[in-house]
Amino acid sequence: MTHKILIADDEPNIVISLEYLMKREGYEVIVARDGTQALATILRERPSLVLLDVMMPGKTGFDVCQELRALPDFKDMPIVMLTAKGRDTDIAKGLAMGATAYLAKPFSTKEIAAKVRELLGGTP
Amino acid sequence: MKRLERLLLLAVVGLALAMFAWMGGTLLLVWATLEAAERETLASLLESRIALVVMVAVVAFGAAAFGLKILFERFVVAPARLLERTRVVLATGARTELEPLGSAAARGLAAAVNELTAQRSQLRDDVERQVQDASRGIAQERNRLAALMSELTQSVVVCNLDGQILLYNQRARAQFRALSASTAQGAGSELIGLGRSIHAVFDRRLIDHALATIHQRSQRGAPNPSAQLITVTPAGQLIRAQVAPVRGAAGEASAGEAISGFVLMLDNITREFEQETLRERLLQGLTEGSRASLANLQAAAEMLDLPELEAEMRERFLGVIREEVATMSQRVRTLAETTTNQLKTRWPLEDMLGADLIAAAARRIDALPGLRAVVSDVDADLWLTVDSFSLLQALAYLGSRLRDEFDVRTLRLRLAREGQRAQLDLVWAGQPLSTETVMSWQMDGMRFGDESTPLTVRDVMDRHGGEFWFERERVRHELFFRFLLPLADPAAQDDASRAADSRPEFYDFDLFQTTAQTSALDERQLVDLTYTVFDTETTGLDPSGGDEIIQIGATRIVNGKLLKAECFEQLVDPQRAIPSASIPIHGITPEMVMGQPTIAKVLPTFHAFARDTVLVAHNAAFDMRFLQLKEGLSGVRFEQPVLDTLLLSAVVHPNQESHSLEAIAKRLGVDVLGRHTAMGDAFVTAEVFLKLLALLRAMGITTLGKARSAAQETYFARLKY
Repeated sequence: MTHKILIADDEPNIVISLEYLMKREGYEVIVARDGTQALATILRERPSLVLLDVMMPGKTGFDVCQELRALPDFKDMPIVMLTAKGRDTDIAKGLAMGATAYLAKPFSTKEIAAKVRELLGGTP
Repeated sequence: MKRLERLLLLAVVGLALAMFAWMGGTLLLVWATLEAAERETLASLLESRIALVVMVAVVAFGAAAFGLKILFERFVVAPARLLERTRVVLATGARTELEPLGSAAARGLAAAVNELTAQRSQLRDDVERQVQDASRGIAQERNRLAALMSELTQSVVVCNLDGQILLYNQRARAQFRALSASTAQGAGSELIGLGRSIHAVFDRRLIDHALATIHQRSQRGAPNPSAQLITVTPAGQLIRAQVAPVRGAAGEASAGEAISGFVLMLDNITREFEQETLRERLLQGLTEGSRASLANLQAAAEMLDLPELEAEMRERFLGVIREEVATMSQRVRTLAETTTNQLKTRWPLEDMLGADLIAAAARRIDALPGLRAVVSDVDADLWLTVDSFSLLQALAYLGSRLRDEFDVRTLRLRLAREGQRAQLDLVWAGQPLSTETVMSWQMDGMRFGDESTPLTVRDVMDRHGGEFWFERERVRHELFFRFLLPLADPAAQDDASRAADSRPEFYDFDLFQTTAQTSALDERQLVDLTYTVFDTETTGLDPSGGDEIIQIGATRIVNGKLLKAECFEQLVDPQRAIPSASIPIHGITPEMVMGQPTIAKVLPTFHAFARDTVLVAHNAAFDMRFLQLKEGLSGVRFEQPVLDTLLLSAVVHPNQESHSLEAIAKRLGVDVLGRHTAMGDAFVTAEVFLKLLALLRAMGITTLGKARSAAQETYFARLKY
């Protein structure tokens, strides 16, 4: 079965690359443009992994992460936070909110692809 | 003298009795030794000469009485007079000399007393002179302190332990204007004023906490304990205050010196804080924004590297790259523009009028041997933010190198605005400098004769966040060094120029002595109370018939002193027409009240101004009626006790016909200036009130309660509005 990945980011310029990358890696990709939409999509589509931007209009990535972790079904879903907030306090907060991994922008696409592969156990 | 006269009479009678007793006794003795025949012979002898005997007796008695009187005057009356006069001199302290009287001893005594009196006078003069010197010294010190305070650019407020303000300076006054929630002309004076409570601005608990901290620190042995507090005022300003204790009287340097008050040094850090926040936000915007853009760029670039990329996708990734590059460029440009204005260097710089800086520079250059400065083309309106000391050093240093190495004799200074900055030019004529020379001059430590400093021209420019270069103007054959300097914030200049006012009374150290007053207001001494003396101008005389207040003026009396500097003056929009018949009386035209606040806005500020004071007005019932009618509208009630100068005048001079303000002022010798403006009338009323207080005291009316009941009993008190 193909893993479904949700990319939640309000910046189309990163979504375009990430979407292309993830499709190339062989995953099924769905996209959300803000926090509220991301949460709704996750609850509906139940993706295998979420690439979650922190700074989004509506709900922030932190909010989405925290709300998801409060639901028993999503306790173990891998959530990779992507953010331009690179201060150590931000990383600490992200991990406290329940992020599985925290990648500070800018990151290399190889790095993110490797991280996704690792979290999904090597199978697309 | 009556007693002495009686004494003299008694002595004379005594003398007479003694003389007759002696004579009678002698006769009886002689008579007893005689035979009967001899007795008859003697009797017949005396019988025919009895007149002679009596006459001799009377003369002898008269002579004795006269001698007695002389002796009496000499030895009894004269000392008694001397005693009396000495007592007068003793009691009254008069310097009159005693007239020498009586015996030599009494005269000597008088002379000695005179000498003592002279000695006493001299001693007293000495003491008086010393007291005068000392109090002149104290007055001088106080004046010096007040002068110093008023020139300080830091705002300082001194309070006693109750939080009453004893001293504040011009700067503090300006700052409190910004703190006031009101925008009226008198804004701020309801917060700061002698005898007012600082707790209107700083929560009592904050101050108590600071004082407790200071106490702890001094217990631990800190040499100069102080504390800091930061608070947000009702008007949203951020205030940082350094609190330092005021120790008890000097000289009693015991370990447990009591704190008798505290000094607050205030900084309004609102703007600093805003700048700091802005700086932070810009920095964060730059890093976070750039991270996002870089992420987009990197991802797109890495996608472009992938093999077998479709042409359409390639174009989209290239589009991302173009867009992100444009975004980043724009961001950097915006940042650069903002930082030019906002993010000035952190070296402490002062605001200075550009023309002053140029004049100082010219003096500095003229003082250098062999150099002359010419000033031309100076923009007189420019305010700079500079470290004038180091900047003048740099100018003098460059001037002396030009003189030493290029034989330059005349330097010209000019100053002009250039965009967001000022350009200061040091101009001369002669040989152009090589790039290496300019470079070494700005990188060498500055030298003045034998004295060298590690500071370079470049350092000076870095402090200013400015720039410096050498330029050659070929057309005009001019060579110059150009300094780009930061301009001062226009808002700050306003403050600086306003601070040059007169130096009103900003201190009252007598307030250190006042202790917490627990007794009811009515029992308080009139002289101890704080008064708000006010007057209103109105559209007419009928408050309940629709007439309105158009101006309020008020001043304060603290510790028996009229504080003209602490006044409240405000025009009010009556929201109705001003009858033209009334305009000649108060001089307020409809144009003047246009755009002024309404009474509903003004009264709360005036209420705050009059907080904790006794209200004083002439014919107060009239003004109070206006205030009371507006209670519903303004939401403030004036519940303070009220004293009326009209009624008090009637108490003091019940038999006078007129108690108009003019009549009273004339009677009491008060100059009437600026009458029929609310402020002018308030000042006259205040001075009249101070004179009335003295007259009331003479009548034994010393407390507020007595003054109020005396006023109520006068005829005028029965008039109603």
